[in-house]
Amino acid sequence: MEGTKTRRKKRLDRSIKVRTEGIYALSSWSEIGYLMFPRALLIVGLLILPFFLDLYWQRVICQAGIYALLALAFDFLAEFVGLVCLGGALFVGAGGYISGLLNSTFGWHPLICIPMGTIGGAVFSTVVLIPALRLRGIYFAIVSFMLPLFAVYIIIALSIFGGTEGISALDTLPNTWVEIYLILSVVLIALFLVRRLVNEDMGLILRGVKENDQAVKASGISITNYRIRAVFIAALLGSFGGAYLSHLYGWLGISLFSMDFSILPIAAAVMGGLGSLAGPVLGALILTPLSEALRGFGQLRVVVYSVILIAFIVYKPEGIMSWLQRKYQQFEHWEEV
Amino acid sequence: MENNGPFLSLKGVSKAFGGVQAVLDVSFDLYKGEILGVIGPNGSGKTTLVNLTSGFIRPDRGTVSFKGKNITGQPPHKIANMGLTRTFQVMRPYHSLAAFKNLIVPLNSPRVKRTRGGRLGDLDAVAIDILEDIGFERDARVPYKPAGSLPLGYLKRLELGRCIALQPEVVLCDEIFSGLSMSEISSLLPLMERLQMEGVTLVMVEHRLRELFRLADRVMVMNFGEKIADGPPAEVMEDPEVRRAYMGRETS
Amino acid sequence: MEILIYGTVNSVTFALIAVGFTLVYGVARVPNFAHGSIYVLSGFLTYTFIKDLSMPYPLAVIVTLLIAAAIGLVIYRLILIRLRGLPTSEIIASFAVSLIILEGLRMQGIWGFKGFIGPFYMLPPFIEGKVSVFGVFVDYQRLLIIAAGFLVVGALWFFTHYTKVGLKLRAIAQDEHAAMMLGIHSDRTAMISMAIGSALAGLAALLILPLGNITAEAGYKVLIYALAVCIIGGLGSWGGAVLAAFVIGFAMKISTALFGAMWESVVLVGTIIAILLFRPSGLMGRQKELEERV
Repeated sequence: MEGTKTRRKKRLDRSIKVRTEGIYALSSWSEIGYLMFPRALLIVGLLILPFFLDLYWQRVICQAGIYALLALAFDFLAEFVGLVCLGGALFVGAGGYISGLLNSTFGWHPLICIPMGTIGGAVFSTVVLIPALRLRGIYFAIVSFMLPLFAVYIIIALSIFGGTEGISALDTLPNTWVEIYLILSVVLIALFLVRRLVNEDMGLILRGVKENDQAVKASGISITNYRIRAVFIAALLGSFGGAYLSHLYGWLGISLFSMDFSILPIAAAVMGGLGSLAGPVLGALILTPLSEALRGFGQLRVVVYSVILIAFIVYKPEGIMSWLQRKYQQFEHWEEV
Repeated sequence: MENNGPFLSLKGVSKAFGGVQAVLDVSFDLYKGEILGVIGPNGSGKTTLVNLTSGFIRPDRGTVSFKGKNITGQPPHKIANMGLTRTFQVMRPYHSLAAFKNLIVPLNSPRVKRTRGGRLGDLDAVAIDILEDIGFERDARVPYKPAGSLPLGYLKRLELGRCIALQPEVVLCDEIFSGLSMSEISSLLPLMERLQMEGVTLVMVEHRLRELFRLADRVMVMNFGEKIADGPPAEVMEDPEVRRAYMGRETS
Repeated sequence: MEILIYGTVNSVTFALIAVGFTLVYGVARVPNFAHGSIYVLSGFLTYTFIKDLSMPYPLAVIVTLLIAAAIGLVIYRLILIRLRGLPTSEIIASFAVSLIILEGLRMQGIWGFKGFIGPFYMLPPFIEGKVSVFGVFVDYQRLLIIAAGFLVVGALWFFTHYTKVGLKLRAIAQDEHAAMMLGIHSDRTAMISMAIGSALAGLAALLILPLGNITAEAGYKVLIYALAVCIIGGLGSWGGAVLAAFVIGFAMKISTALFGAMWESVVLVGTIIAILLFRPSGLMGRQKELEERV
């Protein structure tokens, strides 16, 4: 037999990608189009989506939006700050409870309660996580995991804030269009802002904290300080989700602290591609409807997304987003060696 | 307030790691505006001393004072904000980002924000200026090159630049000449001298004795974690104990 | 007196739960978030063996422990081994495994599987009956827990100080690189520690579950208790874990006696936060555990 031929995959950047790398990208329409197309697709696609869906699926998209915010928060903390947050539920619960309680106690309009719930929830979550932020990352992971569960135990045991029953008959949002466009626009704005943040000075510092904390310390920056800021930002995203949720269904209860809010965002983020910020959002938009479709099977859906999570983390940690990016920016072919 | 006393002062500082005594009862004073060299064979505790002084390790015993204040046990970022910073032997700049981006971090420190008063203006421009000042040729777009592509000489300058951006009063240089060729070192010497002229006090831990002695006003020798000599370079090299430490005992 | 006895039982319970987790973390540096799920799974397995397969109790116990150890090994070999050195991924992956197991046990209606919900599932005590100790009636099962607790700690101490395998575990726990240079395989020791740690989780389950019901939620609670004990005692410190177990065990019982059972969780959270604020390395941890690296 002849000498064996082995093949290897060769990847080359598409020429249009190379042309768009520097400032010369602005020199032609096709190049601008190349850069803008994915973003435009995402934005426009999200915004016109509600028109094609019936009421039930619109609600699903609202849920997906909440998970998208949480996934974004997880990605931000994990990849840009170096903190693994296993307790997205803490943010959601805090925001939801505060917003709902303001509404049920004082009767303020949801559009006032939601911002207050967002900020209040974020402040509470950050303060309660501060003891873990001075320490190694694993402490944060453990404490963030424990806190939502403790919150549930305490609420039930002390029978406060409605205990196991929760509080119902909260005011809901004016109409379904407000519901859905509120969350979608918040998701898009959040994505845009976090992206900006990560590329600006704060992002540089956080990156330094993650990659080379010694040098950052020697440069006079307090790592704990920046971690607190980062957690606050992530908490804002999650607490908005919670506050929004409590007025979506007009009900608050311990399910606002449920594990779902901690896990599905992680699965979405890993699947979508950690570090890409848009990937987790995409992942949430895929996983949430999937999880809804499986609702009939009860807890099977948690099993399913845990399996997906493990599969991705072990075999394809870069996630979908980077796969898409590669396809878009490079072309590949087999070549003989 | 601190014109008479030493600028930086260590008294009786000791540190052990498990069973190993890395630094034992070391005391020295540093006066404002001088260059102090720290030399000694490998394993004599020089880097540990730098870590102890800059707050990265807490001493088991002893005190560290800076500008009259006791800074023992303070976290490194607080000490840096007081004006004392250090270089690292193992440098890890942001590989794929432009070199000047590495200076953005110290430019965001409370110390810089304080001394420059509020809005700094464009931090990027300040960073590039600093780099140009220490030898990154602006015309050749060197400050914009990714740090990962820079040769070692530039990386060392970048590390110094990171310290300079903080507007420090004391810089502890941990083997900044290591890995460089003789010509690279000679091109760094004027930079160190200029730093001294601009009022920065330097402590230089080095192995390259000849080059160090051209800069240092005073030299301190360490061996097995203890200080064994302290004085002008020529004197110190004559000290028999120092010779023993470097060369071993004589056989006859 | 009652407090003393029940406090001890409570403390030993915590210690049993935490010791498997501490072992794995100390040796393999992997926080095994699947610990709680193996606990519950062991209970379920023994229950099935006894009820559905009519195995004698002792045999069921042994088989369950072996299966638990095997599961721990498999988790490591298939999943964690590919993620060594990536702490983010390790935590996420072991957590996901935990979910698969626990939520899987909660599933109903798939292929006729009834799922583990509700107070229907109970393991019978190993030894029935009560006895009076210093005037307080205590179940034999609870005494068994205390006895087993001391036995386990003692056995572990002996194992890690006098057997070859145990010494290897200790070596890797103290200084991984140095141990590797001596020829100790870090992956193999990690697998062994996972196996033992999981078996310990199973053992804890089989001792403690007879006191109550088997529920899937207990999996999360157990994990939290294990984590709490380890944080308060100092991550990676075995002595600290035991000490912390006693501190927490007694603290919770005392607060129940004084303020009522509702405040248990508050006391636990409060202790954790207090430790993190005032003595972050834990009761017996080493200070240098705190910062990332020097």
